[in-house]
Amino acid sequence: MSAVLPAIARPRREPRPPRRLPLARLSLQLLSLGACLLLWQLACAWRLHLGFITFANTPAPAEVLEAAIKLAQSPKLWPHLSSSLLRVGTGFGLAAILGVTLGLLIGRIPLANKLLLPPLEVLRPIPAVAWIPLSILMFPSSEGSMIYITFVGALFPILLNTIHGVEAVDMRLIASARGLGTKGWRLFTEVIAPGAAPSIVTGLSIGMGTCWFCLVTAEMIAGQYGIGYYTWESYTVQAYPNIVVGMLVIGALGMGSSALINWAGARLMPWHRTQGGRR
Amino acid sequence: MTETTAEGGRISVEHLSIELGEGPSRFEVLRDLSVTIAPGEFVCLLGPSGCGKSTLLGALAGHLSPSHGRVSLDGEAITGPDPDRGLVFQQHTLFPWKTVVDNVGYGLKMKGVPRAEREQRAHELLQLVGLAGFERCYPRELSGGMQQRVEIARVLINHPRVLLMDEPFGALDALTRSRMQEMLLALWTRMRTTVVFVTHDIDEALFLADRVLVIGPRPGRIVEELRPGFDRPRSAALLTDPAFVQLKRRCLALLREDGHAPPLERLSPLGPPPPGDDKRKWRFAN
Repeated sequence: MSAVLPAIARPRREPRPPRRLPLARLSLQLLSLGACLLLWQLACAWRLHLGFITFANTPAPAEVLEAAIKLAQSPKLWPHLSSSLLRVGTGFGLAAILGVTLGLLIGRIPLANKLLLPPLEVLRPIPAVAWIPLSILMFPSSEGSMIYITFVGALFPILLNTIHGVEAVDMRLIASARGLGTKGWRLFTEVIAPGAAPSIVTGLSIGMGTCWFCLVTAEMIAGQYGIGYYTWESYTVQAYPNIVVGMLVIGALGMGSSALINWAGARLMPWHRTQGGRR
Repeated sequence: MTETTAEGGRISVEHLSIELGEGPSRFEVLRDLSVTIAPGEFVCLLGPSGCGKSTLLGALAGHLSPSHGRVSLDGEAITGPDPDRGLVFQQHTLFPWKTVVDNVGYGLKMKGVPRAEREQRAHELLQLVGLAGFERCYPRELSGGMQQRVEIARVLINHPRVLLMDEPFGALDALTRSRMQEMLLALWTRMRTTVVFVTHDIDEALFLADRVLVIGPRPGRIVEELRPGFDRPRSAALLTDPAFVQLKRRCLALLREDGHAPPLERLSPLGPPPPGDDKRKWRFAN
């Protein structure tokens, strides 16, 4: 017997038109950035002093560029970068594993919600930076305390977004999955985890941001290598241009790691990207 | 394609009462409802919104448990959802993160069927509902009618003894709806599974069903039982047949009998209308 209904025509996807560079917008953006740099350079050159703010001691863009080139050629760059990346990687990794696991349990199982949420709710309003003194007492190695600070910073955004994602999974999808024979832990792997995935990725992305924030603060207090330590050390040894180089490197690392998470999220959830319809 | 004659599928509902809500807002949706549905029968539950017909369907699906009475399929009491009783919702419940073929094959995955066989059988069912070629699409990329076809295919892959449908075509435009009705009848002719179909559309009920159960509101009970014995296969031309129109008139009269009762609140997914409408009117009136 043939098909019950004549088949609907296959979807045809039109090739995308080649993208043109938005030259006008791009040149405006470059112009605006250039103007900022110019103002900065002028303020430093004139040693602008406005009473409440002064540019008398700040490094100028040209000096910063010079310092950046020097750092790029220095053998110390890699130890600074690698120790910071290792700390963020470890702290963030632990926070991601624990945050997502706890979030899935708390969001779905009422008993876990009642047992686990109260202590977490007490700890949540405490900023990660406030943990610094206690963490120095708790961890014999300064490495441990710094990783702990980054871990605390990343944990709560990941945990809360995971809980929210789980609670927002459509009840009808769960009912439907059960009606199709889903039992036990497979409800987690087949429905709840993928349903909460977009929210989890948002949490990971925010957590990565706070991770860098906490790491830099922690490194300023206790550290020998690391990009936060480098920035603070530059201040104490009065190598002022290096401060700005350190700031820019931190910004770039934070932006890069968040972009990495968003990219990985989009790769893992092709269905989410198509939400607005294919065009 | 394997021809399946679903074995069994006899539904029996005995003195069913269902109460919903918590504490003081608890109310009786269904009271002392009894009905038997024969294997392979196509039954429509017809009634105004809020009358409890979807609640009865929920009890048959196993998502709602009776306060009193008993619901059973082929003699076994219904205690929870099961692939043997496939439920189709008004708005599709396809998994947005799975492609069409993975959605349809989902029930087999839960049974541990290997991937190649799953895809093969999903493909056969998609062909049956006229969606061959859309295997790799995500649900979002399909129109409402196509999504419901996938939803029906996903339920049918489990060879359910009973197909439960809760206004499955209610959200579709009139033309798509009438095509879907014909498709459903064609599928039912092949599969011969028992169908319980909830609707508030008189035309739809009379067009599809062997037997129409008219349900009256609060507490829900069966008011009347009609047997539109029109010849099968039925086509859309039936809708203007004099006998059909006569039966429809009777249904209308039955549904209007309760017209003096206050209209039942309908819980909208969007909640009450936003405040401020009156204010704007008042300003214009000045």
